[in-house]
Amino acid sequence: MRTGLIAQKLGCSRVFDENGKHVPVTLLKVDGCQVVAVQTEEKNGYTAVQLGAGAKKAKNATKAERGHFAKAKVEPKAKVAEFRVSPENLIEVGSELCVSHFVPGQYVDVVGTTIGKGYQGVMKRWNFGGLRATHGVSISHRSPGSTGQRQSPGRVFKNKKMAGQMGNVQRTMPNLRVVQVDTEMGLILVEGNVPGHKGGWVMVKDAVKKELPKDAPKPAGLKGKGKPAEAAAEEAPAAEAPAAEAQA
Amino acid sequence: MNDLQKFEQEHIKKLIAEKKIPDFQPGDTVRVNVKITEGSGKTERTRIQAYEGVCIARGGKSVHQNFTVRKISYGEGVERVFPLFSPSIESIELVRRGSVRRAKLYYLRDRSGKSARIAERARDDKRNKPEDTSSEAAAPAADAPKPEKAAKAEKTEKKAAAG
Repeated sequence: MRTGLIAQKLGCSRVFDENGKHVPVTLLKVDGCQVVAVQTEEKNGYTAVQLGAGAKKAKNATKAERGHFAKAKVEPKAKVAEFRVSPENLIEVGSELCVSHFVPGQYVDVVGTTIGKGYQGVMKRWNFGGLRATHGVSISHRSPGSTGQRQSPGRVFKNKKMAGQMGNVQRTMPNLRVVQVDTEMGLILVEGNVPGHKGGWVMVKDAVKKELPKDAPKPAGLKGKGKPAEAAAEEAPAAEAPAAEAQA
Repeated sequence: MNDLQKFEQEHIKKLIAEKKIPDFQPGDTVRVNVKITEGSGKTERTRIQAYEGVCIARGGKSVHQNFTVRKISYGEGVERVFPLFSPSIESIELVRRGSVRRAKLYYLRDRSGKSARIAERARDDKRNKPEDTSSEAAAPAADAPKPEKAAKAEKTEKKAAAG
């Protein structure tokens, strides 16, 4: 299990593939995605990497945060998230990840927070039909109607669809195809939609339900010291795997 | 320009690298050469089919731009919407410039025959005039040939001046 990346949703666009087909894509930007901490089996009982992305002014970071980032010798990050990884895929603290972590054609799961709609009635939230416009219906045109039976069972069943907060919950869009990866601009193009607003943070990971392609860099696609390796990754990503391993 | 726009501009540049899209407006008659793929597997081959008609609308922004071409085919009105930067468009030719007072010529759908005609746009139309003086000076030289050709020449000059 490899780590994922923290990205920012830029918005939707379209690209034309080599067959002239139109592909709707969402642009995800990876900027300054660094390893902030590592959780190990001995110390924490599980293995994971904690990544940080984006920039935060030092004066806006709490003292605790400043200490935490200082320990990793990285700039304060706007967003921090942890990714469970297998022990062989642990990455050094401070190393920066690059979008070449993902290879075009592979599938990813994207986790994000959906757009909040506020407190909504059942018609918008659950697509209920509401009541009739006329024929004696008064005031309750958008009401849910009955919520149950009679004295038996005498209660409303759990999970009954009712009015309430809609959106602003964490959701995963599984199995989105990576159409293109732009290492220069730090962009990942995934086919289809991704939860959340433009500018919202999303977590991009290898798809759980699809096989990882062999040429995906392991333990991770790194930036900086891996410049030549990165160039090689574009031509023959398979060649990068051992190189990246040597770095780690 | 934000990153999304920057990316779209780059993508457009890539898409129009080996072709030139003429500067056309609603009312203009255009010939769109469309790539058509026939068969599958071994028998697959592509050919070019021309689709000529009046551009009745242009829409969208950036890489999402499209245009609608209307023609009368065997007495039946046909409209096709093309993505402007689609790779399946081999080329677009400007056949004739038309003078119209609307951005969307949907009124043509209710008309036929004589009333569906569009007058040719004059060369000295203000929308047709180059903006900068340098190409304006050069424009009269191209006066002599057919007005269509002159318009084309003017356009190319305008592009050259801009680029």
